[in-house]
Amino acid sequence: MALILELAVQGAQMMLVLLLAPLLTGFVRKVKARLQRRRGPSLIQPYRDLLRLMRKEVVLADTASWLFRVIPYLIFAATWVAAALIPTFATGLTFSWTADLIAIVALLGSARFFLALAGMDVGTSFGGIGASREVMIASLAEPAMLLIVFSLALVAGATQLSTVAAVMGSPELGLRVSLGMSLIALVMVALAENARIPVDNPSTHLELTMVHEAMVLEYSGRHLAMIEFAAFLKLLLYVSLISCVFIPWGLVTARSGPGAYALGVAVYIGKLAVAGILLAVFETAIAKMRVFRVPDFLGAALMLALLGTLLLFVSRSL
Amino acid sequence: MNGLTFDIAHLLAGGLVLVSFMMLYQDRLFALINVFALHAIVLALSVAWQAYVQEAHHLYVTAAIALIFKAIVIPVGLHRIIQRLGIHRDIETAVGIGSTMLAGIGLVALSMVLMLRVTPEADPLAREDLAFALSIILLGLLVMVTRRNAVSQVVGFMSLENGLVLAATGAKGMPLVVEISVAFSILIAFIVIGVFLFRIRERFDSVDVGALDDYRGERR
Repeated sequence: MALILELAVQGAQMMLVLLLAPLLTGFVRKVKARLQRRRGPSLIQPYRDLLRLMRKEVVLADTASWLFRVIPYLIFAATWVAAALIPTFATGLTFSWTADLIAIVALLGSARFFLALAGMDVGTSFGGIGASREVMIASLAEPAMLLIVFSLALVAGATQLSTVAAVMGSPELGLRVSLGMSLIALVMVALAENARIPVDNPSTHLELTMVHEAMVLEYSGRHLAMIEFAAFLKLLLYVSLISCVFIPWGLVTARSGPGAYALGVAVYIGKLAVAGILLAVFETAIAKMRVFRVPDFLGAALMLALLGTLLLFVSRSL
Repeated sequence: MNGLTFDIAHLLAGGLVLVSFMMLYQDRLFALINVFALHAIVLALSVAWQAYVQEAHHLYVTAAIALIFKAIVIPVGLHRIIQRLGIHRDIETAVGIGSTMLAGIGLVALSMVLMLRVTPEADPLAREDLAFALSIILLGLLVMVTRRNAVSQVVGFMSLENGLVLAATGAKGMPLVVEISVAFSILIAFIVIGVFLFRIRERFDSVDVGALDDYRGERR
């Protein structure tokens, strides 16, 4: 019986991630529109878009191979698993032993690999540009992400997210300059990975500087729905990761009863709302940079993460 | 010494290294000078914290000197010089930003390895202060090496001196006279370099130090 309950809580977490992801994107869009004095689409517009896309007919290019048809599901599955592994409202759930930071990076990396393949599969030049740019960004963002993982692992002594969150929430940790640098680097990586504004503009199509949209230009119907859903999930994943690691307060432990779970979910939704508002304000305040400036931006993230790891060696613990 | 005291000292000194990196990253002169002012403010905070921790009241004077001269007087003076020379739109680095950053990381790693090897039984606070100070000095040298503009070289020189001050405050028992004389020699160096800038400008119509190489016949 206890096992069934635990599985139910774990399943609830997976469904929660799935249900909240479009809402977060809709919320960010709404806040951005309000900041620009527009009314903006309603909060549930992303759900409507997804439903509509699911019902639409799929148009396939003649040159598309079987890979092109399989990849949307692969991307969606990998991103969903990665997003569901992160402790959102409770730590130490049944599957939390699999919630390893390196595994999450690997899942996201394989999703990106398949997306780049799909971009090149049809053979249009636009897809090729998008794929090559995506890989250029990834080649800088992934090392930065791994260095952040290293400095977290050095501080916490583990790469498992529940342990990391517990260590981060304990008062013995003190004030660590390395963690501040890791946080800034992680935010920069998250902006680049989610194709947010200084790196890529998420709200345009058909622009010569676009990266993510160029790769998925050939997709339609339910395939496009899967890819869009994966993009929503990825945004939620990064927000959850940042809030789980750097603001772990309000996370409840497993087996603490339904009241505590409800409180945890409420705190989690509050964190998401704050993150969404911050993201919208940041995107409104800043201009998109040229593609050739992106390596500088991500190089700064890489440098911050590396410096954070280096500074750990002259800190108190080591 | 309790943990939080050390953590705040570590935070401020680490912040100083970070601001040094920001200085490497800037390619515009005004932004560079603003970052230098920030560097001096963080230095003043760090020195004031050391004064509080070590209960050495003369260090407050050092912090005040850093705040007044380096965070206000010198940046304002440099702003004026740039305005008068009319070079506020200049952008130039001798080496690309990416490779400069990599070199900077290498220098920080080098200074940490060196300091951790050399000072195994020292007080941990002095130890990390020395490691950070050495990396700030090396980064200041790197700023001087990678820039071709004489004004940015001055900024690199001043940030190098900030590293020296950090090292001096980390070591207990540095007399105030030494610090004041260092601060004033820096100020005099600033004035002399300022005069030189105008002389270089008059002579070569540019503050690019590459022009000096041509003049000496060391054409590359």
